[in-house]
Amino acid sequence: MEIALDLLSWALLLVGGFFAIAGGIGVVRLPDFYTRLHASGVTDTGAAYFILAGLMIQGGLSIITVKLVLIGFFMFFSNPTSTYSLAAAAHRSGMAPLDGAGGPNKPEPVEKSLAEPIEPIEPTPTKPGGAPPSQP
Amino acid sequence: MALGGTEMFAAAALAILATMALALVRAISGPTVYDRVLAVNMMTTKTTLLIALLGFLAGRPEFLDIALVYALINFVSVIAVLRLFGRRV
Repeated sequence: MEIALDLLSWALLLVGGFFAIAGGIGVVRLPDFYTRLHASGVTDTGAAYFILAGLMIQGGLSIITVKLVLIGFFMFFSNPTSTYSLAAAAHRSGMAPLDGAGGPNKPEPVEKSLAEPIEPIEPTPTKPGGAPPSQP
Repeated sequence: MALGGTEMFAAAALAILATMALALVRAISGPTVYDRVLAVNMMTTKTTLLIALLGFLAGRPEFLDIALVYALINFVSVIAVLRLFGRRV
């Protein structure tokens, strides 16, 4: 039983370390701030909770596990909130996410689209490999 | 701890340290301030895990109190930095 718990804890710690390194590589290599948010979220969820679970198994039923549960509880609420406020602040400051072609995906201003008359929807032909809209 | 004692904690701590180095690369070379805040947020989360792992590695689980406080400071610092830059920009 002791061996099985140790093996489970070992596996959880290894999986957590794998998620940490994968998220770190993603934060360095991904092309855009919003995609880097995703990589950071991988380390905030996968790495953190797997490693905390591995440590909980090592801690057993004691005050150690209670503290680890509290750390996980705070992370569960604070990490999504900080990620959301980061993304909202970046979006409010005018940072455009990338579209499928790798160019900036500027949203249309709301006032302009509301001022224009509503046109009937036409099927637009898809242009393969079209140039991304140019950044002013 | 029949399975080699503390090597499992050391392996996980090394993975966390590698991730912190990668986050530091992004924090130094980030093109915008939001990339830097993201990298610093990631580093503080990893610091929390690293402190917890070091407590187990050193056989002193009292380090978990420090990790708990660090997990709380992390959130406050990110919100404070975002408020500062939101007012300036």
